[in-house]
Amino acid sequence: MKFFQLIWSNLKRKKLRTSLTLLSIVVAFILFGFLSAVKQALVGGVELAGADRLVVRHKVSIIQLLPESYKARIERIPGVVLATHQTWFGGVYRDQKNFFMQNPVVPEEFLKMHPELVLPPDQTKAWLQTRTGAIVGRKTAERFHWKIGDKVPLRTPIWQKEDGSQTWEFDIVGIYDGKDKRMDTTALFFHYDYFDEARRGGKGQVGWYSIRVKDPGQAPEVARRVDEEFENSAAETKAEPEGAFIQGWANAIGNIVLIVAAILGAVFFTILLVAGNTMAQSVRERTGEWGVLKAIGYSNGQVVWLVLAESCLLTVLGGGLGLAVAWLMIARGDPTGGLLPTFLFPRRDVLVGLAISLALGLVAGIFPALQAMRLRVAEALRRM
Amino acid sequence: MNNQSNNTLVIVEGVAKVFHRGAEDIQVLADLHLKVPAGEFLALMGPSGSGKTTLLNLIGGLDRPSEGVVEVAGERLDQLSDRRLAAWRARHIGFVFQLYNLMPMLTAERNVELPLLLTHLSKAERKKHVDAALAVVGLLPRARHYPRTLSGGEQQRVGIARGIVTDPTLLLCDEPTGDLDRKAGDGILDLLQALNREHGKTIIMVTHDPHASARASRTLHLDKGQLSDEAVK
Repeated sequence: MKFFQLIWSNLKRKKLRTSLTLLSIVVAFILFGFLSAVKQALVGGVELAGADRLVVRHKVSIIQLLPESYKARIERIPGVVLATHQTWFGGVYRDQKNFFMQNPVVPEEFLKMHPELVLPPDQTKAWLQTRTGAIVGRKTAERFHWKIGDKVPLRTPIWQKEDGSQTWEFDIVGIYDGKDKRMDTTALFFHYDYFDEARRGGKGQVGWYSIRVKDPGQAPEVARRVDEEFENSAAETKAEPEGAFIQGWANAIGNIVLIVAAILGAVFFTILLVAGNTMAQSVRERTGEWGVLKAIGYSNGQVVWLVLAESCLLTVLGGGLGLAVAWLMIARGDPTGGLLPTFLFPRRDVLVGLAISLALGLVAGIFPALQAMRLRVAEALRRM
Repeated sequence: MNNQSNNTLVIVEGVAKVFHRGAEDIQVLADLHLKVPAGEFLALMGPSGSGKTTLLNLIGGLDRPSEGVVEVAGERLDQLSDRRLAAWRARHIGFVFQLYNLMPMLTAERNVELPLLLTHLSKAERKKHVDAALAVVGLLPRARHYPRTLSGGEQQRVGIARGIVTDPTLLLCDEPTGDLDRKAGDGILDLLQALNREHGKTIIMVTHDPHASARASRTLHLDKGQLSDEAVK
C-alpha cells in the first residue's frame, strides 16, 4: 500500500494516453458484461434445469404435436414419478413486439412438476378454481403493469377459437416468482382444459411432456424406455434431460458459448495489445527513473513488481469500471423487450471478469517489467 | 573486512574497468588504488571521459569492476549478488545526481520518501525522517511542491535530502553543481560541507569544477584511468 502513491502517480503521468487505454478497457468489459448476460439468457436455463426432469417431444421437431393420450402410457413406464404436458401458445399482448411465452398446462400437475416456481397459497387456490385463470411471472406483470384481477387479451396466430377469433382472454389470478433469482419469470400459464375446449383445431394434442423420474441417475435409461414405448407409432418421441432440451433451443441459434468466447477472445487480445503498448511506452520513457530507483536500493524484483502493479492497476481499474457500468446497464433489464427473459449479469461472471482484468494486467505488464528489470543501473542513469 | 583499517571506509584495490563496445574494448580504469577514510569529503576531478563517474559507480555498487576489489563499509561488493547489492545500496549509499533525477510526478516529500519505502518504517516514522531531511536542506516549507515548481538549486536540495534521508554511510555526488549557476551551486556546496563537518557524513564528489573541489578536504585527479595529483588540505 505504501507504494500506491508512486504507482498511481506514474499512471497519471500521461493523462491522455492512460485515459484512452482505460476507456478501451472499460468498453471491452462492458461488452464482456453484455455478452455474459446474453449467454446467461440463452443458456442459463441449463444450469437451473431440474436434474430429475426429462422433456419428451416429437422426434421430428418441437413444433410437431404429441397425443394427450401419451400421458397415461408415460406414467406407466418404470422410473417415472410424474408426467404433465405443455403446449406453445405463441400469443402477443396488443402488439407484435409484446411477445413472451404463454403455455396451457394442467395447473395441479404443473405446480407439482415445478416446485421452483413460488406462488402464494391463495393465488394457487384461485388458479385451480378459475377456468380462465392464468398466472404470470413477476417480470411480465411488471412490464405490462398487470395486477391480480386484470383481464388480459392475448392474440395468437397459431390457435383459433371455435368462433374463428384469435384473441383469447385470461383472468390474472396469480403472480409467481422464482426460488432462484436467475429463473425466468416472464411466462404466463393457463388452464389446458379451457384451451383444449375452446380451440378449433388440434384438440387432444399437446406440445411436449415433462417427466419427473424417481432417480436422476436413471434418467437416460428412462428416456430410452419412453422412446421405445412410442417407437414405430405415428408420433415417435425424443426424450432427453431438461438441460439438454434447453441447450437444444439455444443451439438453434448457434453454439452460444463458443460465439461469446470467440468475440471476447478477439476483444481481450486487442486490449492486451493496447495495454501492453501503453505499459511498454511508459516503461521505456522512464528508463532513467528506473535507474534512479535501482540506484537508491530498489531490487530487480521490486522493479518488476512496481511495473506489474502499475499494469494491473490500469487493467483492474478499467475492468472494474466496465463491469460496474455493465452491471448498471444490465440491471435495467432485457433490452430486446422479451427475447432474453433472464437477461442478468451473473455474479460468477463478474468475478471471472475481475480475474480476466487482473490476468490482462499481468500479461500486458510482464514484458515491460522484464525490460525494466534487465536495465543496468549505470546505463539507465545516463538516459535520465 | 580483512583489508579495512579502523578508519577506512572505502578501499579500492587494483581496480580496472573495461567497457566493450562492439569489437572494441575501452579501458576506462586501470590498476586503480584508493582509500577513503570515514568522515572525509573527497573531490574527484578530471576531464570528461577520465572515468570519474565510472569510479563513483563502482564505489556505489552500481557497476562491477572488470578486475580488482572494491570494499565499502567492510563489504566486498564484488561478492554480493545483485539482490544483496541493491539492499546494501539502500542501507549504505546516498546518491546525488547532476540532473537531480527527481520523479516529476511526486512532490518533494514523496521524492525524499522513496528510499524509505524499502524500510519497515511506519508512515508516521517515514514522515518524521522526511521532514528531518528536508529541514537539513532548508526545504521543509516546500515539502509539498512538485519538482517543476522548484528552482534548480531547490531541486538539488531535494535530491540531497533523498540521498541523506536513510542516514547512509556514504554520500556519492556526481557533479552536484554541474547544472546550477554559481550562486545556487555555492548553496549546494555549503550544504555538502555542512553535512560533512556537522553531521560527519563521508562524501565523495565528482566534479570538474575547481571551485567545487576547493570545498572538499582532499582532491584527487583522475586522468586516463589513473589517480594522480593528490592534494590534502
